[in-house]
Amino acid sequence: MKYINAFILLVFLSLLIYASTGLPNRGDIDAVVNRDRSPSGTQNASSYYIRNAYKDTHTPNMVTAILADYRAFDTLGEETVILTAGLICFLLLRKRRKDDEE
Amino acid sequence: MKSNADNPITTLISSIVAPFILLFGMYIIVHGHYSPGGGFQGGAMLAASVILLRLVLGSEIGQLQFKSTWGTPLGSLGVLIYFGTGLAAVFFGGTFLNYHFLPIAQEASMKRSFGILFVEIGVGLAVMAILIAIYDDLLGEEPDD
Repeated sequence: MKYINAFILLVFLSLLIYASTGLPNRGDIDAVVNRDRSPSGTQNASSYYIRNAYKDTHTPNMVTAILADYRAFDTLGEETVILTAGLICFLLLRKRRKDDEE
Repeated sequence: MKSNADNPITTLISSIVAPFILLFGMYIIVHGHYSPGGGFQGGAMLAASVILLRLVLGSEIGQLQFKSTWGTPLGSLGVLIYFGTGLAAVFFGGTFLNYHFLPIAQEASMKRSFGILFVEIGVGLAVMAILIAIYDDLLGEEPDD
């Protein structure tokens, strides 16, 4: 069983390495994600942000503008995840005084 | 358990450094529009300041700065600030989290800038309170009330 697990891991590793050779270079201007237009002819989201982020939000830091304005709903979800983690720690780990007395 | 408060060096240094960490955390939250930073990073910084004092001076003296019962209520308040900013836009005629409709007497782009600021403050408050609450829960020391 141990050898089978190692074999599966090796196969998966080689698959991932093979897939990574097909990725475009970082910052490649001809890659699909970095083009001004998507293959269907509409404007790409990234080029829209770069052109209009400061005009729309008056925020020079584009990352903040995307995170808290264009993708605000996603950030709300992240914050809810953090709150949930805190509440679960509170429920699981906080000492209950009643149990100690019994 | 031996208290770390006996050591004068750590006590002095952390007492001097902690307020500046607090100030830097607030700076990171508020200055997130112009430099790398924002709610998550600044909130972690604020929590680091509080947890530093708890580590060095002990949890009981640390209660003077931030009571461990405040953790979850302040975290919920942070999420409520975020949610309330979105809901205010709904009440003033827009869609959820559409800062164009916030009742601020500014031009449209400045409205969105202020909306980002409110949201970041909510995120920072929630992250700070939840990190401190997790630290207190893991420590498991309930202060006598």
